[in-house]
Amino acid sequence: MIQFLIKGILRDKSRSLLPVIVVSLGVFLTVFMSGWMKGVFGDMIDMNANYTMGHVKVMSRAYADNEAQIPNDLALLDVSELISRLEADYPDMEWVRRIQFGGLLDVPDANGETRAQGPAAGRAVDLLTPGSKEAERLNIPKSIVKGRLPEQQGEVLISNEFAERFAVNIGDDISVMGSTMYGSMVVPTFKVCGTINFGMAMLDRGAIIMDITDAEQAFDMIDAAGEVLGYCKSNIYDDELALAVRNSFNLKYNDESDEFAPLMVRLRDEPSLKQYLNMADNMSAMMVMIFVIAMSIVLWNTGLLGGLRRYTEYGVRLALGEEKGHIFRTIIYEAIIIGSIGSVVGSALGIATSYYLQENGIDFSSMMENVTMMMPMVYRAKVSPELFYIGFIPGLLAMTLGNALAGYAIYKRKTAQLFKELEV
Amino acid sequence: MVKRIVVDDIIFQDMDNQIIQLEHLTKRFPVGNGFFTALTDINLSFGKGEFAGLVGPSGSGKTTLLNIIGSLDVPSEGKATVLGRSIAELSQKQAANMRNHHIGFIFQTYNLLPVYTVYENVEFALLLQNISAEERRKAVMQALEWVGLTDKEKSKPSMLSGGECQRVAIARSMVKRPKIVLADEPTANLDSKNSHHILQTMQKLNEELGVTFIFSTHDEKVMQYLKRQISLADGKVVADEQVELVSSQ
Repeated sequence: MIQFLIKGILRDKSRSLLPVIVVSLGVFLTVFMSGWMKGVFGDMIDMNANYTMGHVKVMSRAYADNEAQIPNDLALLDVSELISRLEADYPDMEWVRRIQFGGLLDVPDANGETRAQGPAAGRAVDLLTPGSKEAERLNIPKSIVKGRLPEQQGEVLISNEFAERFAVNIGDDISVMGSTMYGSMVVPTFKVCGTINFGMAMLDRGAIIMDITDAEQAFDMIDAAGEVLGYCKSNIYDDELALAVRNSFNLKYNDESDEFAPLMVRLRDEPSLKQYLNMADNMSAMMVMIFVIAMSIVLWNTGLLGGLRRYTEYGVRLALGEEKGHIFRTIIYEAIIIGSIGSVVGSALGIATSYYLQENGIDFSSMMENVTMMMPMVYRAKVSPELFYIGFIPGLLAMTLGNALAGYAIYKRKTAQLFKELEV
Repeated sequence: MVKRIVVDDIIFQDMDNQIIQLEHLTKRFPVGNGFFTALTDINLSFGKGEFAGLVGPSGSGKTTLLNIIGSLDVPSEGKATVLGRSIAELSQKQAANMRNHHIGFIFQTYNLLPVYTVYENVEFALLLQNISAEERRKAVMQALEWVGLTDKEKSKPSMLSGGECQRVAIARSMVKRPKIVLADEPTANLDSKNSHHILQTMQKLNEELGVTFIFSTHDEKVMQYLKRQISLADGKVVADEQVELVSSQ
């Protein structure tokens, strides 16, 4: 009987083609949208994790309260010892220290007089320790427009936009007018070894990247750091691990009476990221639900039209001795076969499109020139294992539901009434 | 003498002669707030191997009576006994089983499944039974041989003439070797030559296999072949005559 049904499906285009197209389209959209949303949300989350938040972040309590102001005067001290303890207690995570700083970038002329000035948003990370993943984590090698990574102390990367605007060349000296963690003014000078463009307005505006040891010396922050970031060793955010580490750490080190006591927060604790993570978690389920409902309505209609067209066939089958329950079941079997074909086609298309956009992405930079949020300019989809099966849920469910609704009319009729209606 | 034929969970009694008995059969259909009476107090019986016809104008109740005999409908009053079983007492599954094994249908518009070949159309009735592919093939080819269409087994219905389509429908109804074949206006869409051809085919099957044929018709050509004519008018039997065959052409 299954063979008989498959022959019918393959030969009767109006029975199979439209439903397969509808299911394929719906499954394609479900798979692609899931991949796209996962990619976009994943990029935003990864970007925030890599550039500012880490998967968990340790700050002093006071620093955490005023985090937006980057208060280096409230930075953590004895960071080497803290990191040693973190590494011992939480070996599943990798710990790095970061210093952010603000100031004025000063470009001197040949006589050492100020030629140009602009606001600086500095970031000091571990660039010089062999084996450090920080440069890769911040995507610095791929973001360098001119020059190279710092190879020795005293070398910095600056924003390509800034360099072009003020005609700063590789090898030029620049100064940063800032303050030490004790509040004294300092004007350290560095050599520009490269220019950088992250593709994010927020990071590129006045960016200056230097090695952490340079920042320690320049801002009198020896063995101090504004933040110590922890990353899961897999480099993929694991909320359960982050939560466990955060709770354990805070239980051990929490001291509300000491404003310099270390405090750990996880990625999901950041309010806007919490929403992103929740949305990312629920996006696939939402997509599936939306498409199951929408496609069921379309396929119900398609099933009804197909059922009307095949009324005579059903009548003949009744007359030949097929039970109406069996006819109903064959309608469902057909739906499963068509749903499976549509799901395979739709999933293949969805995964292929997602893969293409994972590799190439879509550049929205021209639309986001003045965006101050930390978000990527090039959005990419992400092909994850769930894309290989998620499309089958709406594909099979909607097709089966649609045909079941259409076939219900047949199932509920009395045989005689049905035979009369079937116009045999 | 009574033979007992067991099919799945139901037992059909194969009476030697009286295979269909209709006693005080009345059929009403609900229409609006009232009822329309399609058949009134029908008393008929059909023996094995009859070649009979229900004759009458449209609306006289011919098709309704065929549907009841075919276990597609049940009487409102009275009793219809087919192959020893009361139609009203059959469950849906038993009724389907009876149609599947013992009753063949031939329709005015052939009603072949257009996407399937001649062979597959004929085979369909056997797919509902647990018969091996080899046995099915043998039965289908035999049925096609009866109607002279073995060379068209791979053709689709759209490639056949009206007469050929109706011969496929006859093969489909006969492939399961039914005891009764119900033919509802089988020649209505055929020209004279094809009508005679298929009537001769059915006559031959009736004589050779002993299958009971009951026609619903108002076609003079069909009447020429009937051995018994039951005239219906307004849902009542107005005449029931044995007929001397004048001509087979």
